[in-house]
Amino acid sequence: MYDATIIGSGPAGANAALEAHDLGLKVLIVDEQRDAGGQIWRVKSKSILSAPSTEASIKGDALRERLKQSSIEVKFETRVWHIDKNEEKNWIINLVSKDGSHSVLSKALIIATGAQERVIPVQGWTLPGVVGLAGATALFKEHMMVPGKSTVVAGSGPLVFFVASEVIRLGGSVAAVVSINGFSDWIKALPAMVLNPKLLWQGIKWIGDLYLKRVPLYWRHGIRSFEGLGHVVGVNVRKANKKWYLRHDPNIFIAADSVCYGHGLMPSIEASRLAGAVHTYEPALGGWVPFTDENGRTTVPYLYVCGDNAGILGAQAAPHRGRLAAYAMVEDLNETLPEDLLAKRKAEKKLLKWASIFGKAATGLSILQPGAGGLISKQTEVCRCEGINRLEIEKEVKTGALSPNAVKSGTRCGMGPCGGRFCSESMALITEQATGKTRAEIGLPTARPPLRPVAMDEIAKDLNYDDLPIPGVSPL
Amino acid sequence: MSKEPAPPIVRTEIVEFSFDGRKFSGHQGETVAVALLRQGIIQLRDAPNTPAARGMFCVMGICQECVIEINGKRKEACRVPISSGLIIDKVKY
Repeated sequence: MYDATIIGSGPAGANAALEAHDLGLKVLIVDEQRDAGGQIWRVKSKSILSAPSTEASIKGDALRERLKQSSIEVKFETRVWHIDKNEEKNWIINLVSKDGSHSVLSKALIIATGAQERVIPVQGWTLPGVVGLAGATALFKEHMMVPGKSTVVAGSGPLVFFVASEVIRLGGSVAAVVSINGFSDWIKALPAMVLNPKLLWQGIKWIGDLYLKRVPLYWRHGIRSFEGLGHVVGVNVRKANKKWYLRHDPNIFIAADSVCYGHGLMPSIEASRLAGAVHTYEPALGGWVPFTDENGRTTVPYLYVCGDNAGILGAQAAPHRGRLAAYAMVEDLNETLPEDLLAKRKAEKKLLKWASIFGKAATGLSILQPGAGGLISKQTEVCRCEGINRLEIEKEVKTGALSPNAVKSGTRCGMGPCGGRFCSESMALITEQATGKTRAEIGLPTARPPLRPVAMDEIAKDLNYDDLPIPGVSPL
Repeated sequence: MSKEPAPPIVRTEIVEFSFDGRKFSGHQGETVAVALLRQGIIQLRDAPNTPAARGMFCVMGICQECVIEINGKRKEACRVPISSGLIIDKVKY
């Protein structure tokens, strides 16, 4: 039995674990990657023996070293597929790894699963060669690879510029950058961004480098469609307005063999939803977030959240949120918090406040505008797993499917192997347009295990069919 | 803005593996998807319901678009490492 299990070891989860461990708790970290760091400080592939260091790799290495120096128990390359409670109200965390499945018990649970990418589907987005923007950063950080010979980088928020600059740094070529944000959106975000001059300078350098390299930069443009047969060969781009509606102008075609495409990050809330926490819709924080106090306590006892899964505030805010969650957990488990930790908590909250202003400004660039849903054309495949297009979803909604659950069972949208991770957002956008309801009114489909796909034989390996009680024939 | 030249990227030794009956090579321990991408192979499977090719999309083991088969078991090509002699098949539906 652990005092605390922490799911995810990015900057939030790892710092929560380190703090809880320092305060004397028996801590377990579970992470699906092969080491700590999360997406932002993603650990390099085993196949890279040495490489130039970057800010992310230096910070990640420092975090990984701190974890190694501590005696915190870690389970890497291990996925959580189900979260439950036993009769004593302890958490049962069901894990699956190379060695099969098993479960651990824990008094408290901190969820630090981070963010997931939001990608608004447009015609052709399923073509090989099209990858997510955040997905592309995993390619850079883990593998030091570019997605192709000539890459279009498109979407919203700062990630567009980071990805474009990384493609160039790693020897690729950027065919064009297509930002749905206008330059004026960035100017508006500037006052908040000045609070973090280092990151602001980094952003200016990314954009400046693109101008220097004469990369075509399409401000306030959106992708109308991806073109290609079997693989992507280019994109059709159109001018957009402030609200992300594309103009009825002729398409601008840009040839490329790869496209990185995405619209900001959404909190990864599957685990906290499965654990029973109440969630609310907060566009400024990236979408649906667990409802918490300012320490990361959810509505479920002994369940805490920290990091981007509690609302997208970025890596700067994450360590503070991690430590605050650890203090809250210690306070609840010990029913008290010593004087010195109360002072530390106060200091962490102050630091979090500053980091959040910057984080919110960056997240703000990807808040969905009214035109977002309109980017999805009638024939666009919305559910990649099951091949369900917009028309089918609209038809279902218009013929009376009143909830995401109803659309799901009517069309199979969201029932494929990814578990609706990518389509449930688009399904809600389409429902919003078709019904005029708000996202909060539309809600979410029921949270169900598995959190990650698991093979039935992996979780059922200990099951002996002869042991199953077979009820006798019921008397008539 | 000139700086000292960046140290080169040193990768593990090259090993051979097969995908869909064809021979490929890649660096020991890198993922199937990355090894194939380096050789220009980005079509990893066909969609189950529509006659369309699919490839790596989320690059972090969520979307299941890059699934391949190893020993009859479905695996995410963006997470499974290659090793010498590994036999990888396309997913059969």
